[in-house]
Amino acid sequence: MTSAAYPTADHRPLAVLGRGAQRVARALADVRTWSPLLLGQMQRLGVESVPIAIFIAVFTGIVLALLSSYIFTGAVPLYFVGALVGKTVMMELGPVLTGMALAGRVGANIAAELGSMKVTEQVDALETLAYDPLAYLAVPRVLAATLMFPVVTAFAMAIGVTAGWITSINLLDLSTPEFFKGLRQFYKFKDVWFGLVKAASFGMAVAIMGCHRGLTSQGGAEGVGAATTRAVVLGCEAILALDAFWALVLL
Amino acid sequence: MSIRITGLAKRFGSKQVLNGIDLEVADGENFVILGRSGTGKSVLLKHIVGLLEPDAGEVVVDGEAVQGRPQESLDALRASIGYVFQFAALFDSMTVAENLALGLRRRGLDAATITERTTEALALVNLPGSELKLPAELSGGMRKRVGIARAIALRPKYILYDEPTSGLDPVTSAVIDRLMVRTRELGVTGVIVTHDMKSAFSVGDRLALLHEGRVHAVGPAEEMRVSTDPLVRRFIDGIPDDAEAA
Repeated sequence: MTSAAYPTADHRPLAVLGRGAQRVARALADVRTWSPLLLGQMQRLGVESVPIAIFIAVFTGIVLALLSSYIFTGAVPLYFVGALVGKTVMMELGPVLTGMALAGRVGANIAAELGSMKVTEQVDALETLAYDPLAYLAVPRVLAATLMFPVVTAFAMAIGVTAGWITSINLLDLSTPEFFKGLRQFYKFKDVWFGLVKAASFGMAVAIMGCHRGLTSQGGAEGVGAATTRAVVLGCEAILALDAFWALVLL
Repeated sequence: MSIRITGLAKRFGSKQVLNGIDLEVADGENFVILGRSGTGKSVLLKHIVGLLEPDAGEVVVDGEAVQGRPQESLDALRASIGYVFQFAALFDSMTVAENLALGLRRRGLDAATITERTTEALALVNLPGSELKLPAELSGGMRKRVGIARAIALRPKYILYDEPTSGLDPVTSAVIDRLMVRTRELGVTGVIVTHDMKSAFSVGDRLALLHEGRVHAVGPAEEMRVSTDPLVRRFIDGIPDDAEAA
């Protein structure tokens, strides 16, 4: 049938992994392609996500203050409300809830955009113009999400604690000095960086899922829809798995 | 021969799309690849520019195999090939000028040269002054012409056209046919995938008919026009076979 055989690609898992790692390394090294796009992606994926993070943080802070007061009343001094709000927002709910919300916003955005580009051959067009799609499309998005998720989460932490404080002094029998006494008593700097490290890993995971599902989309609009849904689900699953991983490793 | 394809085979799942394609395209000619939908014409084009890896066989451009090249060498090859996609594949978040500039920037050209090449290419496809338009603001025919301008602006040695006239009105098709003839006159080798017979005969120097993943017939346009081969005749005259007619 054929007059010249071309060696077909090795499909063994290690070979596939090796080729994948080689492609990623080449894309990361292609700085002149991705660096001009990084700031724009940081704006789109990070700065534009701040409003939703603030919205979530406000209600998380309010609920945490009310819930801890309900649990502590009659058993534990009420200034512990400050401690619980601070610890929980910084170490767990700030990063995880923000991550989940951004998995929806950022993960879906990336998967839908890259998926549309894939099925309309724009990704092929990039390749024919001698651009590496990983360097041009994936690297700036993954780096932007990794850098900006912690920034957005830091905002969420500050807003969540502030919301808990305002709730405590207005709705609970607690003064500002009492709230901050509890907050300070149990505060460790590790609480903040633990939350921010988690947020960075969540950002990376969400963006990788979005890019991977988008760039492997097939079929028309239906394929893009399926890729988008899958990216969001995988992003949320990755966040929960990473959350447990960091708790095991860092606590 | 500038492009030589030998024993090219490609399977997607259970479907054997290409089943041993042998073809040669000479420098400076417009070579038309004909065939019914699903015969692997676009798949064949994608192998020429290294977008797909064959299961067997090889594509040689300018004496060097496309597959198995290191990335830098593949990028250098792509710099000599313009690709016109079936649905234009314009970057929809960019203006027309940005679409044309992207490939030129990659080649390290300065801003003034990029502007000059962009203006020149858009004038060549009769779309002067459309630099700031977005693809969504263009008609199907205009988008195809921008796609051709994007390829021409690179001043490539080869242009691969994937269904350049499909879905267009006869007048716009004729404009694009003229463009393809003009680019050949400028010394560019063209490989044109189409099932528009009028277009094929007006632009093609040689024609090949793909059937069941193989080259069924190949020859100069005038010979193919008068071919007595039943399959070629049925395709040219648009006659369904017995099973389809029933």
